Amino acid sequence: MSSSSPNATPSKAVAVNAAHLSAITSHIDNNAQKPGPLLPILHDIQNDIGYIPDAAISEISKRLNLSRAEVHGVVSFYHHFSTKPRGRHIIEVCCAESCQALGGRDLQKHAKDKLGLDWYQTSKDGEITLEPVYCLGNCACSPAVRVGKQILGRVDNDDFDELIEELTTVPVTLMEGR
Amino acid sequence: MLQRSDSVNPDTSGLSSLGTGTVAAPMIFDPRTDIDPDKDYGTPAPTNDPTPVGELITLHIDGNEVRVPKGTSVLRAAAMADINIPKLCATDSLEAFGSCRLCLVQIEGRRGYPASCTTPAEEGMVVKTQNDKVAKLRRNIMEMYISDHPLDCLTCSANGDCELQDMAGVVGLRNVRYGYEGDNHLDAEKDESNPYFTFDPSKCIVCSRCVRACEETQGTFALTISSRGFESKVSAGQDQAFMDSECVSCGACVQACPTATLSEKSIIDKGQPEHSVITTCAYCGVGCAFKADMKGDEVVRMTPWKGGKANRGHSCVKGRFAFGYATHGDRITTPMIRDSIDEPWRKVSYEEAFSFAASRIKGIQKEFGRNSVGGITSSRCTNEETYLVQKLVRAAFGNNNVDTCARVCHSPTGFGLKATFGESAGTQTFDSVEKTDVMMVIGANPTDAHPVFGSRMKKRLREGAKLIVVDPRSIDLVSGPHVKANHHLQLLPGTNVAFINAMAHVIIDEGLESTTSIQERCDVESFEAWKAFISDKRHSPEETEKYSGIPAAELRAAARLYATAGNGAIYYGLGVTEHSQGSSMVMGIANLAMLTDNIGREGVGVNPLRGQNNVQGSCDMGSFPHELPGYRHISGDEVRTQFEKAWNVTLDPEPGYRITNMLDAAVEGTYKGLYVQGEDIAQSDPNTHHVEQALKNLDCLIVQDIFLNETAKFAHVFLPGSSFLEKDGTFTNAERRISPVRKVMEPLGGLSDWEVTLGLSKALGYEMNYNHPSEIMDEIASLTPTFERVSYERLDQEGSLQWPCNDETPNGTPIMHIEEYTRGKGNFALTEYVPTEEKVTKRFPMLLTTGRILSQYNVGAQTRRTENSSWHGEDVLEIHPHDAEDRGIVTGDKISLASRAGDTQLRALVTKRMQPGVVYTTFHHPESGANIITTDNSDWATNCPEYKVTAVQVNKVLNTEDASEWQAQFAAFTKEQLAYLDN
Repeated sequence: MSSSSPNATPSKAVAVNAAHLSAITSHIDNNAQKPGPLLPILHDIQNDIGYIPDAAISEISKRLNLSRAEVHGVVSFYHHFSTKPRGRHIIEVCCAESCQALGGRDLQKHAKDKLGLDWYQTSKDGEITLEPVYCLGNCACSPAVRVGKQILGRVDNDDFDELIEELTTVPVTLMEGR
Repeated sequence: MLQRSDSVNPDTSGLSSLGTGTVAAPMIFDPRTDIDPDKDYGTPAPTNDPTPVGELITLHIDGNEVRVPKGTSVLRAAAMADINIPKLCATDSLEAFGSCRLCLVQIEGRRGYPASCTTPAEEGMVVKTQNDKVAKLRRNIMEMYISDHPLDCLTCSANGDCELQDMAGVVGLRNVRYGYEGDNHLDAEKDESNPYFTFDPSKCIVCSRCVRACEETQGTFALTISSRGFESKVSAGQDQAFMDSECVSCGACVQACPTATLSEKSIIDKGQPEHSVITTCAYCGVGCAFKADMKGDEVVRMTPWKGGKANRGHSCVKGRFAFGYATHGDRITTPMIRDSIDEPWRKVSYEEAFSFAASRIKGIQKEFGRNSVGGITSSRCTNEETYLVQKLVRAAFGNNNVDTCARVCHSPTGFGLKATFGESAGTQTFDSVEKTDVMMVIGANPTDAHPVFGSRMKKRLREGAKLIVVDPRSIDLVSGPHVKANHHLQLLPGTNVAFINAMAHVIIDEGLESTTSIQERCDVESFEAWKAFISDKRHSPEETEKYSGIPAAELRAAARLYATAGNGAIYYGLGVTEHSQGSSMVMGIANLAMLTDNIGREGVGVNPLRGQNNVQGSCDMGSFPHELPGYRHISGDEVRTQFEKAWNVTLDPEPGYRITNMLDAAVEGTYKGLYVQGEDIAQSDPNTHHVEQALKNLDCLIVQDIFLNETAKFAHVFLPGSSFLEKDGTFTNAERRISPVRKVMEPLGGLSDWEVTLGLSKALGYEMNYNHPSEIMDEIASLTPTFERVSYERLDQEGSLQWPCNDETPNGTPIMHIEEYTRGKGNFALTEYVPTEEKVTKRFPMLLTTGRILSQYNVGAQTRRTENSSWHGEDVLEIHPHDAEDRGIVTGDKISLASRAGDTQLRALVTKRMQPGVVYTTFHHPESGANIITTDNSDWATNCPEYKVTAVQVNKVLNTEDASEWQAQFAAFTKEQLAYLDN
């Protein structure tokens, strides 16, 4: 089987630190009373700690009287959810029809080559994770890319390189008087 | 086997008439009897209730007029007319899913091609199940399935039992245009982690039948479809191996799988069966009907039978898979004798063993008197065998020293229910749970000990029934996938009666009792006396909270729920009976049910969950020292005379010894001979030291068993027993259901158990003549009013029968006490709470309670000799984290467990399932010595041992080399006794 999906391969149990565990518990507490609380909980956890740890799945299933398998079924269904820690920046390249029609395929290839990553992979330094996305609703400005919450339009290969440059450059402040 | 009628079209032959046979009774379509259990109708019946024929709807399928209950799917309606629409994702044990699209049909006046499984039949509908267009669509769908499926049918384990193969044939698939070069799942790795079945995803068509079976049938929700689209695959847990997931190996997924994806390893090894025999499981008191799938005289698979009225097509890991013990190398198949237990065994002929045993027994009786010998019947043997053993004791031994292992489990049930309702049995069918609105589970752990019924309970709970769990431990029912108890009353072991009294107190206090039904159906005088008693403040939850530990407000809420939520049913197990006040508690439960009008219809009742397969039957068959078959007292002249005439002997009118009396007398030296059939008192009875001392004092211990069990190590005569596969007979389950046990192979020892008893009796000078167990049943029926109309012929016709089955109720009695209680008026019994003498002290500050787990059964003699030990290889001590921390114990540590009776060592499992101050273990492994710890306290009325409460101390064992003194002795004795076998 190909392994392009984030959850296709069995994820090795990643140890969860205590801070994450208490964050998970509080996200469950905050949502448990809502009707259909599972998706809000998963979103809150991923938004907070960047991914859905295995341990979160057991906690959620216990609290919501679901099975681990059911929660896993939901998490693995949505490509948006990751069960592994991801990079500091998530770059999503749109692969839907409009973007493909306007050079998106070339941009996808360029993005992979530039970063040396395939979909859902994270750079070794933990900075960048590359993911495909199917339509950002920005078709008028295809091809589109999203970084975090920001959506960029009409991205060509040079724009992409510039973006990477920006994301990976850390400004250094020189202290005066030295 | 059930006769398959050619047509189940309700306007022809498939109709049954309900009611009591009056001509005016309306014609009824009953989905539970008017269908063929060996046919798959694709979707479940819309309701299990009978429908009057006038309310059926009529539709036309391929020109046939078909009449079905409202809500029936088009797929099922067609199948009922024997028009079998192709299908893959549909099976009648699961709700329609509509994913495979193979069952699409054309319906006049509707657009497109709806899936017949998800389309309800409607009045006047005209359905076409086959034409060129539909045929082409179906072929295209099959073509896509097969484009990602190995073409290895000839060497596939499911060859001959594959719905995918069948459907490819039915739709006429001739080629696959897509080729096989593209992406596919053909190299997907097998998961062989489960010892009994293999998961081979390369053959999976992702129909979700396994996932749905795990959810709908079993209720474990261990499986899901992970990911989506082409990546979709069946996943156990979080993409784990089956054994690492929550899978309980019930086999429902294997049963539901239409391909070879989930296959029994035994079928992979041996191939498809060539014939099947319907029989009854020999494990717990649910009494599931199974098809023993055979090749010659070898069982290759056990599959749950849909026609089984106790299990309705479901199974658990024990009955479904753990049958290998029957042919295990440890089976002893030759009779053996020896003069004393420190001598090697001598293999002898049956004749020699019988005459050796008989002369010893006679010698003992000559020297020590007629009452110095006795027998113990088995709740694992058939009714017929049990009947013969008690007959042998009463007629050939000439005394009433007969008892049964039910003494140590459900004897208080017999006593308590007889005293209140007038009959020593549960009041309901298992089907009744489908109408229950609130269930109260007391001292029972159905998902482990009665798993198939546990699944039926969970199904009802998912439909919205309320749940009250009364248990010192957090059992699985308290909280799990789609199940959450409304109230978990976590009482301290030993305070049951205080709890049940408080429940009744609240109901009286808050005026929630059913005055009309009490006035009409119960003995009003007893009620008034009881009301005065229960209204006293000492029974209020605010008072009982002080020692039961149940918060008063929680108990009040639970009482209100039980009394007011509609149909209330109580399910209870050994957590009720195995106490010094077991009988009081049973009566307290009966009081509560009468008080709230929860007796005498579907959905309510008092339901003892029986531990072993034939506990009910062994009690029915007169195994108790004071009762002849049918619970009739031996001192009653009329009944005794009837038996004396039939048996041609004079019977002793005085009740004989109970097991406890036998053991005490043996220790004293006045009781010297014992015939034990299929029970292991050395492991299962409390206070092992005492039992061992008693057994060592016997001059003649005759053990009849399939293995050299712990008791047999003290025996002088060993008679080979036969497993349930090797004999004909009947078992009676917890709902009074008498089900046939059928011989599928010759007894390994040459004789079936009933034949062995006949041989022994003959040698004792009392000849019994039967050519077949059916003749024994005929005798039982002729002497026992509740069995009057039971015969093998009737059982073959009906599949099973629930007693009372007599001239008034020729088809048996599913629900008891409908018009009136068996005793006439229901009797309210006073149940004063008397704390057990077993109290925590400084030396023994914790309470031990015992139970069982899913994969092992009773003393484990059977399940330990199967792969079930993959789940539970040893008994462990469950302990709360606080108690563990105080003692420096972590999971896996060796701990010593000590009571005033003895001490042993186990490994610890630290878990919040326990409450602080209470520890728990199982008794499935003899070397654990759980019963070294338990004491000889027992129920005041029946001597049922108080297994559930023992004051203990738990300590970490620092030097792990040291075993407890008893365990060292046990190991040495076992080694010595096994050496005596090798000759």
